[in-house]
Parts: sequence; C-alpha cells; structure tokens
Amino acid sequence: MAQARTATIAAELDEVLPRMGRWRRAGLIMRDNPLGVFGLFVIVLLSVFAIFAPVIAPHDPEAFVGDGRLGPSVDHFFGTDKLGHDMFSRVVYSARISLMVGFMSVIFGTAVGTAIGITSGYLGGFVDSLIQRTVDTVIAFPALLLLLILRQVLGASVQTLIFAIGVAIIFPVARIIRGAVLSERNNQYVEAARALGASTPRILIVHIAPNVTALAIIVATTLLGTAILAEAALAFLGLGIPESQDFSMLFFLSWTGFDPHSIGFLTGPAVTWGRDVNTARNSFPVHVWWAFFPGAAITLTVLGFNLLGDALRDILDPRLRGRL
Amino acid sequence: MQRYIARRLLQAVVILFVLSIAVFLLLRIAPGADPALLRCGISCTEEQREAIRADLGLKDAYHVQYGNWIREVFTGSLGKDINEGDVADQLMVRFPTTVELLIITVMVTVAIGIPFGIVSAVYRNSAADYSARFIAILGLAVPSFWIATLVLLVPQQYWDYAPPLTKTISFFDSPWDNMRQFVPPAIVLGLASAAGVMRLTRSSMLEVMRQDYVRTARSKGLREQVVIGRHALKNSLIPVVTVLGLQVIGLFGGAVIVETVFNLQGIGQYFLVSLFTKDFQVAQTLTLYIGAIVILMNLFVDIVYAWLDPRIRYT
Repeated sequence: MAQARTATIAAELDEVLPRMGRWRRAGLIMRDNPLGVFGLFVIVLLSVFAIFAPVIAPHDPEAFVGDGRLGPSVDHFFGTDKLGHDMFSRVVYSARISLMVGFMSVIFGTAVGTAIGITSGYLGGFVDSLIQRTVDTVIAFPALLLLLILRQVLGASVQTLIFAIGVAIIFPVARIIRGAVLSERNNQYVEAARALGASTPRILIVHIAPNVTALAIIVATTLLGTAILAEAALAFLGLGIPESQDFSMLFFLSWTGFDPHSIGFLTGPAVTWGRDVNTARNSFPVHVWWAFFPGAAITLTVLGFNLLGDALRDILDPRLRGRL
Repeated sequence: MQRYIARRLLQAVVILFVLSIAVFLLLRIAPGADPALLRCGISCTEEQREAIRADLGLKDAYHVQYGNWIREVFTGSLGKDINEGDVADQLMVRFPTTVELLIITVMVTVAIGIPFGIVSAVYRNSAADYSARFIAILGLAVPSFWIATLVLLVPQQYWDYAPPLTKTISFFDSPWDNMRQFVPPAIVLGLASAAGVMRLTRSSMLEVMRQDYVRTARSKGLREQVVIGRHALKNSLIPVVTVLGLQVIGLFGGAVIVETVFNLQGIGQYFLVSLFTKDFQVAQTLTLYIGAIVILMNLFVDIVYAWLDPRIRYT
C-alpha cells in the first residue's frame, strides 16, 4: 500500500511536470525538504569522518600531543583533555562506534521486529494476542532500565551491546508493523494470492512484506537516533564498550574467520562520545570544553537522523505525519 | 468500568509474576554473575566466598531463593544491600527523593511544553512558531546526560558555583537548599519531555482549531481569547494529559542518569549501583516495584482518559 502511494505521488509529479528527469525530480523533493537534506548531509559527513578517521584526525586519539585542558585553538580545534589527547581526533574516531552500533542494532531490531509484526498481524488469534501482550508489557517498562538489565546480563562487548539495543527496538517495531499488516491483509491482492493456493509463508514474504517495507524504513531511520542516544547513555553510565580493546569497523566479519583487525585503516582505539563526557565530568578541576564537543557531536548526529526520518516519512507516507 | 478495572488489575498480577521470574533468572544466568567475587575479590579464599554465597542465600535451589524473595517483598523485610544498609530503610529514603524529582520534572514539562505548544499553534508559521519547533526538535536530540554535565560544569568553572551534591536535604529542613538540589536536575530531565509535549500540544491544538464548534464559537462573535482558552484548549489537552502520564514512566530511565550526575540518592541511582555491584536483592526488588508503578500508572492514564473524553468506553 505504501509502495502504491509512493507510486501515486511519482505519477502525480509526472503529470504535473511532464518530461522531468529522475534527477530533477530528486532535486524537487530535496527543495521541499531542506531539513531532511540537512539531516542527510550530517549523516554523510559523519560516515565520511568514521571511515576516513585516520586521514581526517590530525593526531592519534590516544597519543599525548599537548598540554592538558587546553581550550579550542588552531592547533587543537576542540581543545585537549586532561592528559593532553587531541579532542578533535577523539571526536572523529568516536563516530565509528556510534554509527556502527546504531546501524547494526537498528538493522537487527527492525528485521526481527518486522518479521514478528507481520506474523502477528497476519495470523491473528492466539499467537497475535500472546505476542501483543508481551509487546505491551515490554513497551510499558522504562526502556533505559530494560537496556541496563540486558547489558548487565549479556556482558561487555560490541556484539552484546548491539544485541541489547536491538532487542529493545524489536518491540516498538513489531507493534507498528502489525498495525500496518492488519490493514493490509484484507486487501484483494492477498485474497487473490490465497485463492491461487499460495502458502502462508509465501503470502507473508512475497506479498505482504514488500508493502510494509516503506514503513519499516521510516521507523528504522527514526529509531537510529534513539539507538545512538542509547549507546551514548550506556557509555556515559560506564556500561558501554570497554576501552581496552581496539575497535574495528569490520568487527561483524569476525565469525567468518577473517581477522577484522588485519585492516589497520578501519581499526582504531575504542573511543566513544558518551564515555568521554563521563570522564570529563568526573575530572577535577573542571574543564567545560572537554565535555562540550563529544556531547555536541551526539546531538548533531541524533538531530541528523531525526530530521531525515521526518523527511522520509513526509515523502514516502504523508498520512503518517503527526502519528510517528 | 469496574469490571474493566478488575480485569486490568488481574492482568497486572500475571504480568508482575512473569516479570519477577524473568528478572530473577536473568540476573542469575548472567556471565560472571558472582556477587561473592565482587564483595570479596582476590583477598579472600574460596571458602570465605562460599560463606558469603551461603550468607546471601545464593546456594539454595532457585525455587527456594525465589520463594524467599517473594515472601520478603510482601512482608517488607527486604534484607541488607551491599553496603550493609537495610534495603527497606533505603527505599523509604530513596522513593521520596525520586518522587520529588519527578514531580518537579512534570511541573517543568507542563510549564514549558504546553504554553509554547499553544503559542506555536495559534501563531502558526510565524517566527515564534518556527523557533519553538526548532528548539523542540533540538530538545529531542540532546542527550540529557550531556546537558546535566554542562549544567554542573559551566557554573563551576566560570562562577565557582555548585549545587549541594551531598546527602538529600529535606524540603522541610531547608526549602532553599532542597530546591537548589532538585530544580537543576528536574529542568534537565524536563527539557526532553517538554519538547515532546510541545509538539503534541501544537498538533492537537491545530486539529481542534479546525473543528466546526470552534468556527461556531468564532461566528458567534466571541473574542479570540475565549475561543482559544475555553473552546479549543480544553479539548486539545486531552491527548496531552495521556502522553504526560506515559512520559512519567519513561522518566524513571532518565532519573537513573540525572540522579547519577547530580548525586541524588534516589531509586534510579540505587538501581544502577545494584547492577554494578551485582546486588541481586536490590536490582530485582526495584525492577518489580517499578514494574508495579508502571502498570498502575498505565491503568490510571486510561481511566483519566475515559473521564476526560466521555466518548471513550472500555468494556
């Protein structure tokens, strides 16, 4: 349905503005959503920072490169921390963990949540009630407390952190997708598929799933900001990724037998924004700049994802405005 | 309505039972979940640690441990926490602290969120509307722990001022010091929820102002203040009240953060410390109590909703 609507919008554009190329149309959509473009810009910039951190960061984030507690200057854009680390370099490297944890947990959580939501909505009956009562219960419980318990139970590593945040995401996604499936399942194309003898898994995967994909993408983008905030909050509380080991952006390939750390360019110290704010808070005498920049980076990142999510919602499914 | 409430309360008992078992097991299956090792590390022999485990009741079978815990929850004698403090006494001190924090937070949320939402809706697409909406979007993106840190650090560095970061000062002993202690964290915590409330008030207000009865009120020649204040505002606040109730639940999470930063001895901080120190007794008890509060809060919100909007009927 959502896809059909996107198609309608595109068709209308075609009608109003004949012979318009794909790029012009993209340009038109971007002109109507300046905030969304700003969000996209921030995210692209951060991704570039994350991937090319060794090139962009002027110093090794773990090296002592100057006096401690300097304010921002030409030599050190964001000043230095107590030990004389260059804060700009640390902020750049920290984008890696934030983005990786954010993306991975949201992809995992949205995939599982969508699968559960589709099943629950389509099957109905006892399975649906059982799933929905569980979702009710978990959603009602304060999310951060749930995360703290999960994180404590699962232990400290990138994978467990992603899993914990992902699990917390499953429930709201399942709720939203189920709602969409409920309105989808009575459509004629589903009936037609069933009349042709399609099996339930086939109907779910081939017919219903593509029609809730747009909604899932919108929800996922909005949740990215939330996931990044959650990672930062856990790191701030001392429950994030441990500092000791190096962080590789290819860590998720480790199960294939490939050593992610063998590519030095994508490996670096496991610095995070949240932990740096916490270290700054706990040090004496106080130094405001040290805490300021990592937190500002989190704000900008979350803002970027929120703005992009809002814009995607308006473009892909305008009827959701005010509801998501 | 009575039948509805009774059914919800029955559901609540079932949910709390499942929750208690879930948290009880989760804490115990966690890797490295050995409270004895944390309480007495390498300086102790294995025998001494065994004694600690026996003392904490961790050597009993799970069903015995669970039964003991549930009995303690109902009798209110909750044993000792890791600092040898009586858990029940701690809760008596810590619950009021968190409750005061949350009350002031809700006051901040309402005082900021609703007026800005109204102005934003009434003067739609004006400069005031755009700036209010921009600040709200920003407010939803800012991490509360960062704002809390800055609220603490900036006055310290530039004006040499810090709120009292010691033990909780009772409002009745020294109202001024109590406020110095509670207002900054409450404002920090309230900002994010105020942003949410502002956006909701605005959209709800815009929705109501399109209704026929608002047009009727205008065409009767009523002054704009009366139209907004008496006809539009009341109805547009119905969804806001509901969301406010749900936000209080989320604030328990935020309380963990601001209580930690501002060193308030509330239940949020107690919960975090209990997780760090693998203090099962405190962690599982707090989870259960917070779960109960959340469920009752949800029920309360639903009842208030039906009372505010008579069109809603529960069966």
